[in-house]
Amino acid sequence: MAVKITTKQYKRVDLVEVDGRIDSSTAPQLDQALQKIIADGRYHVVVDLAETDFMSSAGLRALLSALKQVRRFNRGDLRLANMPTKVKKAFELAGLLEVFKVFGNSVDAVGSF
Amino acid sequence: MTDSFFLRVESRVERLAEIAEFVETAARAAGLNDEQVYDVQMAVDEACTNVIEHAYHGDPHGSLELTCATRGKEWVITIRDFGARFDPQKVKMPKTGDPLSKRRIGGLGIFFMHKLMDRVTYDFSEGAGNCVTMIKKLGK
Repeated sequence: MAVKITTKQYKRVDLVEVDGRIDSSTAPQLDQALQKIIADGRYHVVVDLAETDFMSSAGLRALLSALKQVRRFNRGDLRLANMPTKVKKAFELAGLLEVFKVFGNSVDAVGSF
Repeated sequence: MTDSFFLRVESRVERLAEIAEFVETAARAAGLNDEQVYDVQMAVDEACTNVIEHAYHGDPHGSLELTCATRGKEWVITIRDFGARFDPQKVKMPKTGDPLSKRRIGGLGIFFMHKLMDRVTYDFSEGAGNCVTMIKKLGK
């Protein structure tokens, strides 16, 4: 398994931990995890990238698609935590660091809602 | 020209992780640093995804041939496929400064290839298929 996606549900926030590699083969797993949260009517999401080794544009698409959906709802947002430097470069190049709120750790990100 | 590295895989996204390992081995042997290795892994991942999704339209029975070599002060990777002809001119580049509401979801792959590599060229010929060549300058 090239990626492990773990979802933890807190009272007001859902935390998604991404462990491994997100490419076109594994991005559907991230997409499904995010879409399930949204389908459950939950719009406060934190994605923890601490253990993410690699993220291609397919992963960015899954995150951007979910972000657009949750922001339609009152105070809905998808925030990122623990972004590794090498993964950050893709967000930078795509101009997505201005679009996503990024936190140094998941506790701050979860607490920000 | 020094040692070259060659990999042939079928056109399946499940092979992208193996392609990334191949690229890492070849790039490290050529002396690329950690950041450069990650850059070329990303560029190659995007290029191969385009081949699988657009040249072969998801058909897993096609093949991708990757060749890496050092030529002078450049590290060169070529990716060849025998799928439908691909015209990169038809792909719209994303507008990375647009606000969220205007962002298109997609179109980032080729944009990344050009941003992460020093040169990207495309070639097509009957019989020899599509070939994308990407170059990273060494010692930067």
